[in-house]
Amino acid sequence: MQFGLSEEQTLLQDNVNRFLRDQVDLDTVRAFCGDQDANDQAIWRGLVELGISALLVPEANGGVGLAPLDAAIVAECLGYHVTPAPFLGSAVMAPTVLQHANKEQDERLTALAAGELRVGIAFGEAVGARADAQINGSSGKLNGKSLFAFDADADSYLVADKQQHIYWVEAADVERAALTTVDKTRRTVALTYQDSPAELISDDPGVFARALDIGRVMLAADTLGAAQNMLDQAVAYAKQREQFNRPIASFQAVKHMCAEMAAGLEPCRAMVWFAAHALAELPDEARVTACHTKAHVAEVGKFVAKTATEVHGGMGFTDLLGLHYWFKRCGANRQWLGAPELVREEAARLQGLVA
Amino acid sequence: MDLSFGPEYDAFRSEVREFLAAHIDQSPRNEALRSPAMLDWQQLLIEHGYTARTIPKAYGGFGAEPNIIQSRIIAEEFANARAHPGLGGQGISMLVPTLLEMGTEEQKQQFISPTIHGEMVWCQGYSEPGAGSDLASLTTSAVLDGDEWVVNGQKIWTSTAHLADWIFCLVRTEPEAPKHQGISFLLFKMDTPGIEIRPLVDMTGAANFNETFFTDVRVPKEQIVGARGQGWQVANAILGHERDSLGNPNTTLTRLNALTELMKTETVDGVRMIDNPVYRDRLMQLQGRVMAMRFNDLRVLSSRINKGQDASLARMIVKLQGTELRHDLEGMAIDIMGEVGLSYEDNPYTRQAGSWQNQYMFFLGLIIGGGTSQIQKNIISERGLDMPKEPKYPKAAAAQG
Repeated sequence: MQFGLSEEQTLLQDNVNRFLRDQVDLDTVRAFCGDQDANDQAIWRGLVELGISALLVPEANGGVGLAPLDAAIVAECLGYHVTPAPFLGSAVMAPTVLQHANKEQDERLTALAAGELRVGIAFGEAVGARADAQINGSSGKLNGKSLFAFDADADSYLVADKQQHIYWVEAADVERAALTTVDKTRRTVALTYQDSPAELISDDPGVFARALDIGRVMLAADTLGAAQNMLDQAVAYAKQREQFNRPIASFQAVKHMCAEMAAGLEPCRAMVWFAAHALAELPDEARVTACHTKAHVAEVGKFVAKTATEVHGGMGFTDLLGLHYWFKRCGANRQWLGAPELVREEAARLQGLVA
Repeated sequence: MDLSFGPEYDAFRSEVREFLAAHIDQSPRNEALRSPAMLDWQQLLIEHGYTARTIPKAYGGFGAEPNIIQSRIIAEEFANARAHPGLGGQGISMLVPTLLEMGTEEQKQQFISPTIHGEMVWCQGYSEPGAGSDLASLTTSAVLDGDEWVVNGQKIWTSTAHLADWIFCLVRTEPEAPKHQGISFLLFKMDTPGIEIRPLVDMTGAANFNETFFTDVRVPKEQIVGARGQGWQVANAILGHERDSLGNPNTTLTRLNALTELMKTETVDGVRMIDNPVYRDRLMQLQGRVMAMRFNDLRVLSSRINKGQDASLARMIVKLQGTELRHDLEGMAIDIMGEVGLSYEDNPYTRQAGSWQNQYMFFLGLIIGGGTSQIQKNIISERGLDMPKEPKYPKAAAAQG
């Protein structure tokens, strides 16, 4: 029995963390977030060179053929460093969909592995459509609108409709409008389709579910990383900040805030590992575990984001410190691909608890 | 990631199952501590190595090498079969491991075998009215008079004191030494003259605890574990044991399943509670928390098998999170039942013999006992996150205050 990361996985974690620490520091993140015209291509290029885009692509398509747990490790690193990158769509959900598509997708998988293709995700309609979002796919054409699709710079999008059918749409064939959100580290767009050519990639709800589950576990892993960073920053700040002639880290009120964050967060680590492992190895448990992991880590992440900010006092509220990038990252991860209440209801339904 | 215990353990698991299939009828249900049925079962379990597994044969145990996976399999199979897991109690779970570490050969010979066989029952004399979270400030004194210690003072929360034959007790023997260095660990019989036991009724209505008073209790000089003044180290080893054993997430899973079943049978206006989305979401929230703790537990277990794996923080949070989670879970069952959930003791509407209310209150006791949640947070922040201790309150100010 070995519940934890292997040596190779720890090495992967170290490599990605080192790259992000050295090459994508907070100033780089700030520069990207502060400039609409900046893009994350250089950061992504670096991650591609580390093999991140190839991680989940089968070896036959030039990929590395690793497992969801390996991807979760990367997602945690990206969250820890609030990294702008098209990881979730291009490295995780797109390869997952394409591997299980109706027809062979070798060419696209090869291009994804090489980092030459960016594929965005527009699953909003299928996860839970908000007002003003509705799409119709018929006879090779797509009409309507997807909201908050992620990766604003994608070459193509995978679009899921209410029937959980997934279509491939070229970015050039849709009208793309930026939707600004609080989380500037990853940009979202509205996609408007007008008889846009759409290729049916999968009409199997099981494929949609696979992509959704792995996406949710990655978002949880991203929150785990982001929240861990906030806790680390809070503890470090409390040790150096002095009031009443002593470090505020020596006040029980502050210590207990930090202990509560750690006590909530530490089980999330085991949960993310297990959920990612289950996606590949435990099909009976995978779906419910993915739902609960998405929801539970989002709740703990919300608590940590708030509490860690409070430990920093007024400075936590400022842009100067930049803590808000992590706060907003946790916030975005919470809402994407299903907010906690919706995902928990799905967990109940999957267990036959909804009449 | 490898969640299996490995094929080499399959045979062991079958062996445990076969034993249980053959002997489950002998497993005691609600038997008193020293009933013949209980003592026979305990003897049978020791003979097969299902309890006192790693206690050396020389001291009446089974004498197996410690193997965490085997212990886990035994615990799982006994729980699945609803078989009595063998006697617990503070003597077996706390004193015996301590004697094995720190006791003299004579003490091991004298105490371990009768204790694990259930023939010698112990209580623990640690907390005092003035020494709770700050246990090291205890004042019960022992003064050497010839060949005997003379013990005076009061202990509190001494569970099973009224049933116990012996007590393991922390006393102050070196009043001049710093508080942690002036404590000794004594063993003495509960029928020694000068001991008075008063039951302490708790909020569940039961008298699980006692207050125990000592007036000139004379204890033979050699009934000390470790050296004079070393009692704090001895006690700390035991406290670690207690924290490890609390908040078992497998039990929590069983309770969660019972709660889910309860929600399928309880109704309001004819509507099952599971069909009410508000309550259902609360159930799902709890299920998420239970899941997280179950995986955390697997990680902790794995770190005990694979020595290179660090899960110290994961381990440190178990008492805090596990007890709070159980309290919330039991409390939710009461909310599910509404006013019916208030039923207690003798009431025709009481569900599951009042176990939800009982456990709801009992787990509040566990949140406080064995190191309160607040003390746990101190431990997590100081040992887990390396944050500084609260500065000491000056003694003079405390005395004036």
